[in-house]
Amino acid sequence: MVGPLIPMGVIPETWNNVIALLLGGGFGFALEASGFSSSRKIMGTFFGYDFVVLRVFFTAAVTAMTGILYFDYMGWMDASMLYINPYYVMSAIVGGIIMGMGFALGGFCPGTSFCGIAIGKIDAMFFTAGLFIGVFIFSELYPLFEGMYNSRNLGGVKIYELLGMRETVFAFLLIVAAVGMFYGAGFVEKKVRKVEY
Amino acid sequence: MAKNKRDGTFYINPYLGGVLLGLVLFGTYYITGRGLGASGAVKSTVVTAVHAVAPSHADENKYYSKFLSDDVSPMSNWLVFEVLGILAGGFLSGTIYGRLKLKVEHSPKITSKRRLIAALAGGLLFGIGSQFARGCTSGAALSGMAVLSASGIITMMAIFGSAYLFSWIFKKLWI
Repeated sequence: MVGPLIPMGVIPETWNNVIALLLGGGFGFALEASGFSSSRKIMGTFFGYDFVVLRVFFTAAVTAMTGILYFDYMGWMDASMLYINPYYVMSAIVGGIIMGMGFALGGFCPGTSFCGIAIGKIDAMFFTAGLFIGVFIFSELYPLFEGMYNSRNLGGVKIYELLGMRETVFAFLLIVAAVGMFYGAGFVEKKVRKVEY
Repeated sequence: MAKNKRDGTFYINPYLGGVLLGLVLFGTYYITGRGLGASGAVKSTVVTAVHAVAPSHADENKYYSKFLSDDVSPMSNWLVFEVLGILAGGFLSGTIYGRLKLKVEHSPKITSKRRLIAALAGGLLFGIGSQFARGCTSGAALSGMAVLSASGIITMMAIFGSAYLFSWIFKKLWI
C-alpha cells in the first residue's frame, strides 16, 4: 500500500479518530516512559545534568526522517504529499523565542504537559491551563500581531532547499550532528554535578 | 528487578524511547500525511469554546474565524483525539512504571506555590508562542524535522536556543 494512506484514499476517513487515538497513545507512552512527564528531568538538558530530551528528540527526528526518505525512495510512500508547515520567517523565529521562554519557566511543552497530567502532576495541569489562556490572549490580540504573523511567507520550503544542498547530503549531516551531540552529552553529564529529583 | 521497575524511578533507555517515538511519528506521516501535534488541540478547544460562548465575537475575530470555516476541518478534530490518546498512553506508562501520584514536582529550593505560578506563566507564553510559530515542539519542531521543513528546523533552533538562555536566567526555579 502506497502511503500516505488516508490522503491516498486507502483508509476511509471514518477511521480517522480511532487512528488518532492509537497514534496519540503511542506518542504519550513513548514520552512518559522516557521521562517527559517530569519537568525536572526535562530541564536537565538545559543545565547539563540529564540529556534525555536531546537524546529522545533527535533520535525520534532522525528515525522518522530516515523512514520517510527510505519509503519515498522505495516508492512505498509519496513524500511530496506530506504536509509541510509554511515558513513565515519572522513569526516562526519570534514564536520559537517566546516558546523557549515559556519552556524555561514552565519546564514543559504542550505534549509533555499532557503526559504530566496523565500521571497526576499538578504543575502540568497549571502549565496546560496557561496554554489555554495564552492561545486565548493571542487570538484576542491578533490584530496587533497580524502584520508579523503573515509577513515573509516562504511557503512549505525544505531546509536543504534553503541551504542549496541535496536532501540526502543534509540528512546525512543531520545524523552525524545528532551522533556528535549524543557523544558530547555523555561527556558533559560526567562533568556536571548530579541533581536529585 | 521487576519490583525495581515499578517504583517510579525506572525510565526506558532514551535511544529506545527515541526510536519508539520516531516510529510513531513515521507511522503518523505514513497513515495521515501529517505529523503529530499538541498545541493544535488547545487551539481547537479555545476556538470552539469562544464560538460557543460568543458566536458573533468569534466570527468577527480574524483569528478565530480562520478556523471556523463551514466545512469543519477534520484535522482539528484529529488532534483532539490524538491528545486524548496522549493522555491514555501516558497513563498506561505511568501505571506500568508506578508513577501515578497527585503531586507538585518542584526544586527543593522553591515552594509549590512558586512552581505553580511559574508553570502557569510558562504555559501562557508557550500558548502565545505556538500560535506565532504555527505549532509547538511537537507539531512544528519535531514533525517539521522529520520532513526537513525549514519552518520546523528554524523553530526548533529558536525554541531550544531561547530555552537554553532563559533557563539560566530562571535557574533558581530549577537547581
